[in-house]
Amino acid sequence: MSEKNYYLPPQRILEVHNLTLSFQLYNGVNHVIRDVSFHLDKGETLAIVGESGSGKSVTTKAILGLIDENGRIERGEILFRVSDDEVLDLTKCDLDTFQKKIRGSKIAIIFQDPMTALNPTMPVGKQIMEGMLEHGKVKSKAEAKRRSLALLEEVGIDQPNKRFKQYPHQLSGGMRQRVVIAIALACEPDLLIADEPTTALDVTIQAQILDLIKDIQKRLNISIIFITHDLGVVANMADRVAVMYAGKIVEEGLADEVFYAPVHPYTWGLLSSLPSIKGTDRHIYSIPGSPPNLIFPPQGDAFAYRSEYALVADFESDPPMFEVSKTHKAATWLLDKRAPKLKMPHLLKERIEAMKKEHGSHE
Amino acid sequence: MVKYVLKRLFWALVTVLLILFILFLLLEFMPGSPFNEEKLTVDQIRILKEHYGLDKPFFEKFWIFLVNATKGDFGISYNLQKNMKVSQIVMPRLWVSVRLGLQAIGLGSVMGVILGVISGSNQNNWKDSVATIMAVVGVSIPSFVFALTLSFLLGYKIPIFSMIYQANHPFASTILPTISLSLFTMAQVTRFLRTELVEVMDSEYIRLATVKGLSRIKILFKHGFRNALISVVTIFGPLVVNVLTGSLVIEKIFSIPGIGGLLVLAIQSSDYNIIVMVTFIYSVLYIAVNLLVDVLYGVIDPRIRVSKGA
Ligand SMILES: Nc1ncnc2c1ncn2[C@@H]1O[C@H](COP(=O)(O)OP(=O)(O)O)[C@@H](O)[C@H]1O
Ligand SMILES: [Mg+2]
Repeated sequence: MSEKNYYLPPQRILEVHNLTLSFQLYNGVNHVIRDVSFHLDKGETLAIVGESGSGKSVTTKAILGLIDENGRIERGEILFRVSDDEVLDLTKCDLDTFQKKIRGSKIAIIFQDPMTALNPTMPVGKQIMEGMLEHGKVKSKAEAKRRSLALLEEVGIDQPNKRFKQYPHQLSGGMRQRVVIAIALACEPDLLIADEPTTALDVTIQAQILDLIKDIQKRLNISIIFITHDLGVVANMADRVAVMYAGKIVEEGLADEVFYAPVHPYTWGLLSSLPSIKGTDRHIYSIPGSPPNLIFPPQGDAFAYRSEYALVADFESDPPMFEVSKTHKAATWLLDKRAPKLKMPHLLKERIEAMKKEHGSHE
Repeated sequence: MVKYVLKRLFWALVTVLLILFILFLLLEFMPGSPFNEEKLTVDQIRILKEHYGLDKPFFEKFWIFLVNATKGDFGISYNLQKNMKVSQIVMPRLWVSVRLGLQAIGLGSVMGVILGVISGSNQNNWKDSVATIMAVVGVSIPSFVFALTLSFLLGYKIPIFSMIYQANHPFASTILPTISLSLFTMAQVTRFLRTELVEVMDSEYIRLATVKGLSRIKILFKHGFRNALISVVTIFGPLVVNVLTGSLVIEKIFSIPGIGGLLVLAIQSSDYNIIVMVTFIYSVLYIAVNLLVDVLYGVIDPRIRVSKGA
């Protein structure tokens, strides 16, 4: 592998450029990630939001080099800052580089389902220690144990000494997810990917785990990519939000921009389908139709056929990313100068006003 | 864990008792009697029966049988070596058989584990294909065919190994029978381990181990292998049965003086006491293996160890 060094601005940790990825299937090629670009700064949290199947997990797996055997990166680069003066293109890294330099030590991931994520025949303490020892973050087993116990405490597990020796089946789902988080933090990575970390958990425990991740974010100043299909949970977690649909990022901006001034009809749909905070809705909205089959991606904007606001142009050609502000972009022809001035649906506008008030009163 | 083992032990004992009872029933209702000389008068038979305790009530006789059996006394041989204690005929041969069986199980398991790991961790390339073919061959061809082929090729055509058992070279002269007997075990262990390993290596916790940045070897052995082994352990019961039954024929082919050959002889000459004792030994071996499997299972799988009383 050529040790070509790439450039990233100093505060930047990750830049994904035009990532295009497909899976070979017996009945065709599934174009799952289509020209995705985004970036992440040190200490920043980016939420990637979208319906299930939109390509969020595959994107994060691509960052970690975990693409299934039938998958192929067709185009694009994933630039990652390994150290102050080393940047690698992760699409070109071999397995050995990933194991030794990236996985666990620089980028860690929390999977969705804590029930299956832990090795059932290994005490959880050992599973936390393993990574530190592998990457030489500690000098001895004794030190690894001390640090693991401290980590268990940090992620909010009581009686760490007892838990350390227990097996996964002796812990509840919430506790297991805390252990998975401890494993992710074991080597003090620079980037933490949380792929729907609460989807498989009970509602009450969901909130606890979200609080824990927020707490980690504040304390460690780590960069986080937070994946979720639920826009609701990112409201006060993310600095920036990227909305993903059918393998593309359709809107991206600061959290406030995407929440309070969304411009893409898909984002409107997602926001409208959130249950309201007070639960006083007469009816809960849901986006009509279902995502397209990406073996035969539709022409133009892949959301057009589900959208009430689609223009003729949306069915004809791919909308480019229009800039709304320096930080806010969206891919819809509605933003074109020639397009009729369309406003977001009235009901949604009301809700956003309510949300703003609600949120403001909490501050 | 102790409680778990004790419970298993208790049930193993119950099973042994049950088997002894069934064997006793068989003896009781076996046609004929030891005293079928025509010259004996009714009185003489009565005296003989009294002498040997055969006139006692059923359960008392069973009790005596039980007590003697636990002492290893299964009476005397009727035909093979008249009036010699059965245990004196069986025991020396038992060790020959046990030794052969252990060699075969040991060789088969080691080879099976090696092939299973190679095949399960190199899915669908040539290494996997070779191991899979060996496994299919090992399962589908009976051990006596191997035995005959091996002894013809490596004992007769190219005489490297001994074709028959030599008491003064118990290891060198059992190499061919060990290989023949071990093939089935090898094949089964390979097959099971491969299937399990493929499944385990596709699980979420292996993915987690991978994203921790562990080396391939550590992922395979520390996380994959142990979990795959759990279900492989369960097939050891049936494997031992296969080795036991296989040894009946293998011992005959290589003239090995073991209990397998003895059982065949005893059946041919209706030497009931020997049949009973050898059958009993086979049963106990089988129960012991299953007990061992249960215990091993608990050792390997913490979910069983911890939940069944630590
Ligand atoms: N190995 C694969 N082969 C074919 N299609 C795949 C494969 N892995 C994922 N996909 C498809 O990629 C799309 C995106 O999946 P994913 O990233 O998991 O969605 P999500 O946004 O819910 O995380 C889905 O339609 C899924 O079926
Ligand atoms: Mg997903």
